Amino acid sequence: MSTRLSTHGRLIDRSQTIKFTFNGKWMRGHPGDTLASALLANDQMLVGRSFKYHRPRGIVASGAEEPNALVNMGKGPTFEPNQRATTTELFDGLTATSQNHWPSLEFDVGEINASLSRFLPAGFYYKTFMYPRAFWKHVYEPFIRQSAGLGQAPKDRDADTYEHFYAFTDILVIGGGVAGLQAAKAAADSGAKVLLVEQSSAWGGRAMVDQVDSETVNDTPVDKFVEEITAELAAMPNVTMRLRMMGAGVYDHGYVLAYERLNDHQPDADGPRHRLWRIRAKQTITATGAIERPLSFAGNDVPGVMLASAVRDYVVNFGVSPGDRTVIATNNDDAYLTAIILKKAGLDVPRIIDARPEGGGALMEEAKALGIRVDLGRAIAKVKGSRRVTKVQICNQAGEGGVLDEVACDAVAMSGGWSPVVHLWSHCGGKLLWDEGHAMFRPDGDNPPRGASGEGFVRCAGIANGAMDLAAVIADAHEAGKAAAKEAGFTPKRSKAPAATSRADAALLPVWLMPQGAKTELRAKSWLDFQNDVKVTDVQLAAREGFESVEHTKRYTTLGMATDQGKLSNINGLAILSDALGQPIPATGTTTFRPPYTPISMGAIAGEARGEVFQPIRRTPMHDWHDANGADWEPVGHWRRPYAFVRPGESVEAAVMREVTNTRESIGLLDASTLGKLIVKGPDAGRFLDMLYTNMMSTLKPGRCRYGLMCTENGFLTDDGVVARIDEDTFLCHTTTGGADRIHAHMEEWLQTEWWDWKVYVANVTEQYAQVAVVGPKARKLLEKLGGMDVSADELPFMGWADGTIGGFACRVYRISFSGELSFEIAVKASDGQAFWDALMEAGSEFGIQPYGTECLHIMRAEKGFIMIGDETDGTVIPQDLGLDWAISKKKEDYLGKRAQERSHMTDPNRWKLVGLETVDGSVLPDGAYAVGPGKNANGQRNMIGRVTSTYHSPTLGRGIAMGLVQHGPDRMGEVLEFPGTDGKTYKAKIVSPIFYDPEGEKQNV
Amino acid sequence: MSKPVSALNGAQFHGIAEVRDLGLQGMITLRGDLTKPKLKSAVKSVTGLALPKTGGILSDETGSVAWMSPDELLLLVPYAEVDAHLATLQKDLAKEHSLAVNVSDARAMFSLSGPKAREVLAKLVPVDLSPGAFEPGMMRRTRMAQVAAAFWMMDEDTFHIICFRSVARYVFDLLTVAAQEGSEVNAF
Amino acid sequence: MLMLECPYCGVTADETELSPGGEAHLTRFGPGASDDEFHDYLFMRENPKGVHFERWRHAYGCGKWFHAARATDTLEVFGTYPAQTTKPPQEILDKISAKRPGWTWRDLK
Repeated sequence: MSTRLSTHGRLIDRSQTIKFTFNGKWMRGHPGDTLASALLANDQMLVGRSFKYHRPRGIVASGAEEPNALVNMGKGPTFEPNQRATTTELFDGLTATSQNHWPSLEFDVGEINASLSRFLPAGFYYKTFMYPRAFWKHVYEPFIRQSAGLGQAPKDRDADTYEHFYAFTDILVIGGGVAGLQAAKAAADSGAKVLLVEQSSAWGGRAMVDQVDSETVNDTPVDKFVEEITAELAAMPNVTMRLRMMGAGVYDHGYVLAYERLNDHQPDADGPRHRLWRIRAKQTITATGAIERPLSFAGNDVPGVMLASAVRDYVVNFGVSPGDRTVIATNNDDAYLTAIILKKAGLDVPRIIDARPEGGGALMEEAKALGIRVDLGRAIAKVKGSRRVTKVQICNQAGEGGVLDEVACDAVAMSGGWSPVVHLWSHCGGKLLWDEGHAMFRPDGDNPPRGASGEGFVRCAGIANGAMDLAAVIADAHEAGKAAAKEAGFTPKRSKAPAATSRADAALLPVWLMPQGAKTELRAKSWLDFQNDVKVTDVQLAAREGFESVEHTKRYTTLGMATDQGKLSNINGLAILSDALGQPIPATGTTTFRPPYTPISMGAIAGEARGEVFQPIRRTPMHDWHDANGADWEPVGHWRRPYAFVRPGESVEAAVMREVTNTRESIGLLDASTLGKLIVKGPDAGRFLDMLYTNMMSTLKPGRCRYGLMCTENGFLTDDGVVARIDEDTFLCHTTTGGADRIHAHMEEWLQTEWWDWKVYVANVTEQYAQVAVVGPKARKLLEKLGGMDVSADELPFMGWADGTIGGFACRVYRISFSGELSFEIAVKASDGQAFWDALMEAGSEFGIQPYGTECLHIMRAEKGFIMIGDETDGTVIPQDLGLDWAISKKKEDYLGKRAQERSHMTDPNRWKLVGLETVDGSVLPDGAYAVGPGKNANGQRNMIGRVTSTYHSPTLGRGIAMGLVQHGPDRMGEVLEFPGTDGKTYKAKIVSPIFYDPEGEKQNV
Repeated sequence: MSKPVSALNGAQFHGIAEVRDLGLQGMITLRGDLTKPKLKSAVKSVTGLALPKTGGILSDETGSVAWMSPDELLLLVPYAEVDAHLATLQKDLAKEHSLAVNVSDARAMFSLSGPKAREVLAKLVPVDLSPGAFEPGMMRRTRMAQVAAAFWMMDEDTFHIICFRSVARYVFDLLTVAAQEGSEVNAF
Repeated sequence: MLMLECPYCGVTADETELSPGGEAHLTRFGPGASDDEFHDYLFMRENPKGVHFERWRHAYGCGKWFHAARATDTLEVFGTYPAQTTKPPQEILDKISAKRPGWTWRDLK
């Protein structure tokens, strides 16, 4: 069994006991425990089920590489699936449940998959779910969906908060082990600004477990060295140190994301749970250490089989023994450390199984001296046990697995060597070398990720750089720190690395399969990827089936595609693949390392962007009034505009109809503040606008307005609006609601990059004004009542504008109409907007004034046949399609889009053109419906000859009206077209003029 | 006639830093050739200030002149005096190719103050705000979360921030989220 | 995510402050141009693996358009310069030649 020891446990505080639950059962632990160490202390080795076969899974590792111990954490608004128990710090009241089983962890129906494993080989899904085609949607898809996914998606809104932080530093050091600390010190000594981050809650890294008793730096024990250098760094003003902060990803030009877990270990604390640091570093040093590799032997997934390093971590850091009798299996000297630590802690180590015929160095002698039996040239043939290891069978490494001996045990500590954590180095293009001696990929210092200067901006330090013993680690880190400081523009101190001890290890023997010639039945039980259930035989099958690229094999077998992203499985898997393909490992290469290093929370990615600040909402000065007066909001870009003002007990549709009728019969108010307003000024302003608009603006007289169309160089309509000439040099251009920023940018682009010698300045004054459209036959009466300026037809005729005051408000009044009614658009300062609106509403009550929203505006403009950018246009429509030839100057030599509109496709007489559509029965045509014509196209579909672009019920006409684009439309007046709807009905509509209401303009021009 | 009101009418928030809507601030956008003596003297006559260097802002008790782009300045003057100053500028610069417009009502202005002001703002803008890297006298136009904003420092603990009026609520809410209790970064 | 120095305001801006504008140094063809000329102006673009000249706008900053000489394969930036020019400055061309002998881009070498 696994249990708490009375000794060891440098990270825990035994004076306090805290309680937590696992699958509803109360357990005890200490502050400083991880959830994994606390579970082991409570003899809870079984923590989950694998993805495909639902095999029992135990804790394998002690850090970020853990593939099995993924649990659901919390409840309700703090629920989160797939949390790694090995990196989850224990807190009082923690609740965790295991995943991927039904009905319970101990008894799981899905376990049947394991006995069917012969029938679920690599590529099972691809091979099985192909035929018959009719099964795809209703049989296979539900089945695959049912079995997909690990853990459950949270159902409640996340109760925590998150944030980003933009940090700039000269040097970022990722990893707070001895290498990271030494590199940070060497860099900081130059005066450079250093940010040092460590993903766990303690400084010192593996050295605090592996080297603390036996080795020294500067003749000081390693723990003392760590304590001293940490204190020195903390005292330096140019150094920032952060624990619980992981380097998540390295990106272009020195951009690094780091993930700080602030409150995971103290969930009741104030402030954000996670913080995503968006760092720009001149130089980044990754001192990210190495991850131990499992060995591939039959039954290596049985709970109780763990990494040798993890076993000693649990003993030293947490005072927890994973087993009473632990067998060690190894191909290198490191695992002997585990044996020695276990033995010294009073635990039984019945056997060390070393695959190397010659065995190890000094550590082996030390283990032997402690009375531990060492078998050389041997391998594990098979681990026996289902929910827990019961014994191991031993064979010759060189053979096929014939059993020589059996040893009873309840844990196996395995070590297949180490793989430097090169993820961050590789994210942005750093290349790797194959190190034959240590059988590992390590960074190729000559091919680093390169930044804006063309020079490398990442360097690795310590074991992450392939330096394998303490002396080499310290020396490498010292040099890395100095080199990074130099590259960042600082002068490193002339200093030597602290002298550290070295261990005299014997060479490692690469072992990719145990035993070397393992029979099929053993290989079929030798797991590579514990979480995704990929076995040695799966990779070998993939190779036989022609998946020779490691990237293809990965996707075919799902090797390395689990939440651990192959931290344990990748190297072993590609070694098996290389062997199957008969090529050396570097020829196979690795899969691509992609950020983040370990999964980070969605909340951290979103940062502050949730709830009220999920995205900006643009509000007009009268927004709050609208909200208080029944506004049914419509998003228009980031703006919110009232779609209609709905009265209590009224439907939205009824409100719209009421607003149209009221505006046409008496008077309506529209908040038009969102329309873009751009001031264009300069001696070349007229010439400039002549280039931007299709019609002539330079001939416009001061005091007058003109409607204009804007096209892109492609010829397509991009915006429209009314231009007012303010004076000889100054124009005010109105844009569509969503268009102000875009058209402002469009103007600046042409002024800055094409006609930079033209004397024109542009300013965006959209938000300076609250603009109110006063619309309807009684509009003038209202303004006259408020008084202040002459708004008579003589003084202020249609398409004129004037400055003045109304009701005491300084304003500019435009006589323009988008409704076909008598209409004044009045601009006042935004800060006066609400007061002005109030004044209009109050004075207008005797005239029956009502505010109206965007849908009423749309209906009124459609009744008049006015186009709307975004309805009648979609980026493929030219003004000529919309019958707007009258707004295209024939005199101008050039304007943006003119040459494009001469292209053969644009002048094709078959282009669809704007018409009005009237349903035969008065109903409303479905929006976007297509008109079908005779014959079929090459795909056997009916030919389409037009489509609906705008469609409404007109209360004015008491019937459905629509606009649409129809082939040869204007030549087909009176023809009835068929529009099949998505509701199964076919709608019939007659082609008519798009101007349904007051075609002579008598109502607006009074 | 009722008084004009700013977008958030003096709203305030106290967290790890203090956020305040500063009410109505007169602002004039002036575009022109910044090397022309006429323009310099016009700015001087309106604000009493010289032209700031690239990326800078000059201030005295009543106002400021901020560099916005190579051909654009922002003049900060008392709200009530904008029309008079605009008239002066238009007269003084009648013969220069230039553009002066009132943008006072198109913007909102906030203060963010307290010892943690730097790190609150650093949660929202991709700008190095560490002491030394950003100091009083500097003007920065940038992106604040998802909208455009500009800011400068009045003193070591106080930023002034301007944004478009329509997103005033968004920017205020952003600042209050960034200044929530318990969210100190302690990075500077 | 790139960082580019805006040659107008001197700010080394995060990519999120910038907006991209495609290939630099296009010659505009308007009315009177042949179909081929206009087609090429509108649609034909370089797609190099290596040295490229691009347009960027400091959209959230000073609002100015500038050009960047950049390697699309390594993201090395050779320099940025104002957009009011029809060809890259000689010093940037020299810098590229020193770092990437034999480079070509359209008719530049």
